[in-house]
Amino acid sequence: MKKIQIIVVGNGMVGYKFCEKLSSRSNLFKLTVFGEEPRRAYDRVHLSEYFNGKSSDDLSLSTETWYQENDIDLHLSSPVIKIDREFKTVSTLDGKSYEYDFLIFATGSGAFVPNIPGVEKEGVFVYRTIEDLDLISGYAKKARTASVIGGGLLGLEAAKALIDLGIQKTSIVEFAPRLMPRQIDDAGSQMLRSKLSDLGLEILLNKNTSYIEGEGAITGLKFSDDTSLAVDMLVISAGIKPRDELARACGIEVGARGGIVVDQKMQTNDPSIFAIGECALFEGMIYGLIAPGYEMAEVLVTNLCDGTKTFLGFDMSTKLKLIGIDVASFGDNFITEPDCRTIVFENKHKGIYKRINISNDGQYLLGGILIGDATAYNLLLQTSNNRIILSDDPEELILGSRGGDTAAGSGITSLPDSALICSCEGISKGDICSAVIDGCENIDDLKKCTKAGTGCGGCLPMVKDLLSYTLKSQGKYVKNVICEHFDYSRQELFDLIHIHELKSYDAVLDALGKSDGCEVCKPMVASLLASLWNEMILEKGNDVAQDSNDRFLANIQKGGSYSVVPRVAGGEITPEKLITIGEVAKKYNLYTKITGGQRIDMFGAHLNDLPLIWEELIAAGFESGHAYGKGLRTVKSCVGSTWCRFGLHDSVSFAIRIEERYRGIRAPHKFKSGVSGCIRECAEAQSKDFGIIATEKGWNLYVCGNGGSKPQHALLLATDLDSDTCIRYIDRFLMFYIKTADPLTRTATWLNKMEGGIDYLRNVVVNDSLNMAQQWENDVENLINSYKCEWKEAVENPAIRKRFSHFVNAPEDKDPSIEFVEMRGQKRTAEWK
Amino acid sequence: MNETSESWLAACKVEDAVENGGVCIKHGDDQIALFYFTRRNEWYATQNECPHKKQMALSRGMIGSDSDEPKVACPFHKKTFSLNTGECLNGEECAIKVYPVKIEDGTVYINTLAKF
Ligand code: SRM
Ligand SMILES: Cc1cc2nc3c(=O)[nH]c(=O)nc-3n(C[C@H](O)[C@H](O)[C@H](O)COP(=O)(O)OP(=O)(O)OC[C@H]3O[C@@H](n4cnc5c(N)ncnc54)[C@H](O)[C@@H]3O)c2cc1C
Ligand code: SF4
Ligand code: FES
Repeated sequence: MKKIQIIVVGNGMVGYKFCEKLSSRSNLFKLTVFGEEPRRAYDRVHLSEYFNGKSSDDLSLSTETWYQENDIDLHLSSPVIKIDREFKTVSTLDGKSYEYDFLIFATGSGAFVPNIPGVEKEGVFVYRTIEDLDLISGYAKKARTASVIGGGLLGLEAAKALIDLGIQKTSIVEFAPRLMPRQIDDAGSQMLRSKLSDLGLEILLNKNTSYIEGEGAITGLKFSDDTSLAVDMLVISAGIKPRDELARACGIEVGARGGIVVDQKMQTNDPSIFAIGECALFEGMIYGLIAPGYEMAEVLVTNLCDGTKTFLGFDMSTKLKLIGIDVASFGDNFITEPDCRTIVFENKHKGIYKRINISNDGQYLLGGILIGDATAYNLLLQTSNNRIILSDDPEELILGSRGGDTAAGSGITSLPDSALICSCEGISKGDICSAVIDGCENIDDLKKCTKAGTGCGGCLPMVKDLLSYTLKSQGKYVKNVICEHFDYSRQELFDLIHIHELKSYDAVLDALGKSDGCEVCKPMVASLLASLWNEMILEKGNDVAQDSNDRFLANIQKGGSYSVVPRVAGGEITPEKLITIGEVAKKYNLYTKITGGQRIDMFGAHLNDLPLIWEELIAAGFESGHAYGKGLRTVKSCVGSTWCRFGLHDSVSFAIRIEERYRGIRAPHKFKSGVSGCIRECAEAQSKDFGIIATEKGWNLYVCGNGGSKPQHALLLATDLDSDTCIRYIDRFLMFYIKTADPLTRTATWLNKMEGGIDYLRNVVVNDSLNMAQQWENDVENLINSYKCEWKEAVENPAIRKRFSHFVNAPEDKDPSIEFVEMRGQKRTAEWK
Repeated sequence: MNETSESWLAACKVEDAVENGGVCIKHGDDQIALFYFTRRNEWYATQNECPHKKQMALSRGMIGSDSDEPKVACPFHKKTFSLNTGECLNGEECAIKVYPVKIEDGTVYINTLAKF
């Protein structure tokens, strides 16, 4: 039987989704796809990640062979230029023509470029395709100032990308009196504006650009209020314009302001022609988001396969991503009193603004806006979409408790099975729960079999909650098993290894695991062994179970070289030692830099040179700084009372004592500390895993702070301690952490997950509520007694030392593929190839 | 598979290889990663360059298995590759070359005419 010929014009996100859905459901159709862009459909939603190192392959939605495997003819760089509706054919740019039974427009939209004189100038860009991004990053190299026209969702994303490209002076020009005028209100916009200013973005509101200045290339913007702004480049992000030109040319009905008019079945006024995605105009509306586009593809596929489904409009709730500031709006975000009651929470200090609109009878959540903290977004969206009856204290929805887990946990139980969880893929709560019951018992399986969370990824936290909720409700014990090789949680393994006195990875695998292990369980078990026994980490065959950094006792770097970081306890260093570092760096041609941790890093060492370098450093009295290990990094100090006029105690001596006490101890993740001589806090102790600040009467001890991507201040654990008590508390705190934290969990995250939070932790550490204090203090004492500098052991042990050469069959030769280039009088690694 | 005697490279002695881990073999301008999977008593050889960011690093990766398929994880970004077929196990398109290995009289030989 001859297959029904379908031609898809446009190989973007929605066009691809349509092909995927149709080919998985029916083989009655033969699909032919024309795409104007030179590459297979890619994830435009995450386009900006292209600037953060994702390649076009990483962004691609399919594999190279996918179309072929599904018998779909894909023509890339091949725009359709004409449609003959009478003979049902399309012609492409290369002059060929093709017949269709059904034609699908999935042409998306292009950037809307307002009619400003000078938009054709060099240095003016739009932000829509990978090619646009290539042009932008090429031009950005020589630009020092940049501007974005448009303060909407995409404009903000483009502006952040320009900053990330290294253009420090970036501004946003918006016509309206506020940012993101379609999503957030005045108060929210002000909060967002101040947060964006913190990122270094200049915001110009109420600005109408009248022309673009410059001869040939742009040099500035001129506004209607006669002011001007000098810029080297400009990105226009003023909205989208549906690509309806083809449809218009062949007489298909289009809207007055653009868009191909479709009905509830995505059909145009020609019964053989359909439109889906961002080019389709449904009830006067263009849906510039991916979820409604996917829903349109679903509606069309269902109807083509003889089902019935209609498109009923779509929720335009959105969450801004990437910019490092949470911004979200959902449901009816702008409705105001007297049509509803609003509850607003504002915290200018932390930059948080939340507004929810509830119905006048107090029963339903209608919509809202979240700035600065959108953790509750998913739950609020579900509560409003599913018309869940609110409790008597709806303010709890935005106030929540610290950690917020409890609120979300109880929230999902009340959702109906029909609640749409993953709107990109149209997956409901019921779909997810039944997949779990049918055996998808971890998140990867669940993603594979339901596709939930594979689109924008915004629903993943909720999918995870549903997974554990369903498992628990089936009476299954939910535990964080490590990987397919060990059926235990980290904490269980810790105890088992201890009881059985196992000392090597292989012994642990033989006794407690199965098969051959992998890159997840190996470093984890190696870390447990180190935390428990503190033996040389490269012996007993444990070297091959270590992550690369631990295996070679140095951080592996871009290009394949290694870094060398000797310990400089408390940041205190003698002139002699500084000279040694200088000499060694010179001799082995290493790049040197003062680190953020108050010590000196030497980068760019060849693997073969590491033992030679360390031999010289050790001879001069240095030891390993464990910059590569999951263990103690640095204890920062301020100069304290020995020099500083405000200093209350000798913070340097105390920092050195602490650094030397805990050096070399391995933990679930790295940990850092700091000691400040007074509350001015020059050592930034409150951003550390444990931090100490001098008081009139002793030391205050803070715990569980974190820098990194989710900074969190440390919390006060105990006050006015004498030095020995302070150290005892730290011993207990650290052992409790080492024993109970999940793999690769910093102390801050560990505390956030702990039931009872800091009060519980204080009870355990200070009041010894678990009756473990003595044991833990002894454990630390044992670890300290077995401490040895592992670099000293490595250079002195011939069997270990032998491993520090690149080729086994040419031990003297260095890796010839390592390349450096010059920069400011030192060397640096060549770019990724 | 080509089995001419010229294509077999005498790579190293068995005792030079690392148990349950990898070493790197120089082969003219090429680099080959050799893995001694002692737990299974199996040997594997692959290209040393990771196709992801072109880093000469696979020999320094951890080996292990994924539902019994032997694999190596690149130390840079933990992409994993089958040691049998060279296929990338994280669903990426890039694959690595794999070479046959044999042991004779305590010497490890690698057939440098790739299997794939
Ligand atoms: C060298 C240094 C940057 C510098 O030039 O100043 C640095 C360099 C690296 N940092 Fe860092 N961090 C350095 C200070 C910091 C600081 C500041 C501090 O310690 O006061 C922070 C934030 C504070 C914190 O940790 O809470 C910091 C937060 C991170 C993170 C994020 C941790 C988190 O909890 O989110 C990572 C990633 C990780 O560990 O997983 C990281 C990872 C890394 C790695 C190890 C990345 C890697 O795996 O290759 C870098 C190694 C470079 C190399 O080749 O040696 N680095 N890193 C600093 C070394 C300090 C030292 O002397 O040991
Ligand atoms: C930077 C950026 C960030 C975004 N972030 C989000 C987000 O966070 N959340 C969200 O929901 N949405 C986001 N979007 C919007 C989302 O990407 C779009 O809704 C989605 O891509 C629309 O899919 P589509 O297939 O309709 O159009 P497109 O993906 O644009 O695909 C249309 C394709 O058709 C081609 N084409 C056009 N005319 C022809 C022709 N005549 N012949 C052949 N081919 C043709 C085009 O070249 C294009 O490749 C973002 C968009 C951008 C640009
Ligand atoms: S923290 Fe106090 S003691 Fe330390 S430098 Fe600052 S003011 Fe001086
Ligand atoms: S270079 Fe190997 S995974 Fe990135």
